[in-house]
Amino acid sequence: MIPDLGIYAVEVTSAYVLSISLLITILVLSLLRARKIRAQLLKVEASRLLNNV
Amino acid sequence: MISLLRRDLTLALRAGGGFGLGLAFFLIVVILVPFGVGPEATVLSRIAPGILWVAALLAALLSLDRIFALDFEDGTLPLLATSPLPLEGVALIKGIAHWIITGLPLTLAAPALGFLLNLETSAYVWLLASLALGTPALSMIGTFGAALTVGLRRGGLLMSLLVLPLYVPTLIFGAEAVRRGALGLDATTPLLMLAGITLFSFALLPFAASSALRVNLR
Amino acid sequence: MSIWEYANPKKFITITTPLVPWILGLAIACLVVGLVWGFFLTPDDFRQGSTVKIIYLHVPAALMAINAWFMMLLASLIWLVRRHHVSALVARAAAPVGIVMTLITLITGAIWGQPMWGTWWAWDPRLTSFLILFLFYLGYIALWEAIEDPDTAADLTSVLCIVGSVFAVLSRYAVNFWNQGLHQGTSVPVVTGGRTISDVFFVPLVICMMGFGLLFFVLVLIRTQTEIRVRRMRAIQLRMRS
Repeated sequence: MIPDLGIYAVEVTSAYVLSISLLITILVLSLLRARKIRAQLLKVEASRLLNNV
Repeated sequence: MISLLRRDLTLALRAGGGFGLGLAFFLIVVILVPFGVGPEATVLSRIAPGILWVAALLAALLSLDRIFALDFEDGTLPLLATSPLPLEGVALIKGIAHWIITGLPLTLAAPALGFLLNLETSAYVWLLASLALGTPALSMIGTFGAALTVGLRRGGLLMSLLVLPLYVPTLIFGAEAVRRGALGLDATTPLLMLAGITLFSFALLPFAASSALRVNLR
Repeated sequence: MSIWEYANPKKFITITTPLVPWILGLAIACLVVGLVWGFFLTPDDFRQGSTVKIIYLHVPAALMAINAWFMMLLASLIWLVRRHHVSALVARAAAPVGIVMTLITLITGAIWGQPMWGTWWAWDPRLTSFLILFLFYLGYIALWEAIEDPDTAADLTSVLCIVGSVFAVLSRYAVNFWNQGLHQGTSVPVVTGGRTISDVFFVPLVICMMGFGLLFFVLVLIRTQTEIRVRRMRAIQLRMRS
């Protein structure tokens, strides 16, 4: 299944690995931050209802 | 407008710092370069146009944050904003004042420093011309950067980050004009482009700077 | 029914939330198909060998890096003219994604350049413009982070984005000029290579471009939602404190 990349195997693979990991990093960071902020907002809104502001 | 210009200039002259400091910085950077790259005359004369331009650019950058900061702190800026003079005019005057305080002396001092770097004789005219045409653009772009960051406490470093990429076209055309002059080629095209950038900055950036000032004074 | 209805933050969230998983799924599907196709199933170029496969990352990333800036410019203009908060937040949300795209372009370009041109980095007009674009993104993000008041930050970054766009275009032409002055014709422009390639390479490339575009889109949606929630939380907290 692994194709014959010839003499440039290291270059091609590292380009793919680096780029994909960068994409995954920004995706995961965005999702994590979205989840954190959503939870925080729910908490803040709940406390607002409690205090009846 | 004239009185504002005169006031800015006298303030800068009396405070002393801004006027001499930029020049001294320019001198020091140019002197440091040969220590870094070695004393060979051929190498120095090859890189002289670029060094002179980069050094002039950094020296102009050095005094940018004083354009609005002092007026902002002592409350002159809100006063200027409510004065009959439009804020665009204030921004324009500030840019011109900054140029007279830093750009003009840098331009006049540059040929003297050209000797230190063994600049080709044919390049001196172009060095003077390109700096005279290009440094106003540096001042005006810098005024815009200063207007963006005037409300920030530690705006100086951020301002360099914002302003330096905007300096790229000016630097390229300026240094290219001097390099062509040194090689004995025709340097009219880069000079024209440089003049274009300067005129363009003076025409449009006061508006951008004044809108940034208005936001910061809100 | 006008498009401006989506500028209502609450409506924006309710409409985009169910869309996010679908678009994200589609984006990942496109990327997996395109990249797997590109990596495993395309032949090597007779001149570039297997390094031609880097094109499936490099070209879409470059495309999105520039488009992200355009989108920020558009969003900034909308914010300045119509004062829709969502618009300003979209610009803010797009910037980090754009910088990642720029970074991918630079990295893959360097990796491709090493065996092909014999150097990681050449001061070629295209490369240099992307480096300058990277600096513009950095400044833009730094300005957002530095200013506390959200509306002030939105205004100032919008002005910066507009002025920056003008100067980015200027730099693009200046850099072209500067490089021709130094040494002509050093490099093969990557994109014209992309246009002339045969269908074997072209189909997976288009799929990858779609994947990158969708991924960018969904990332901006997610990040904008987050920014809207941050803004709302701030407002509630301010009200509770007073």
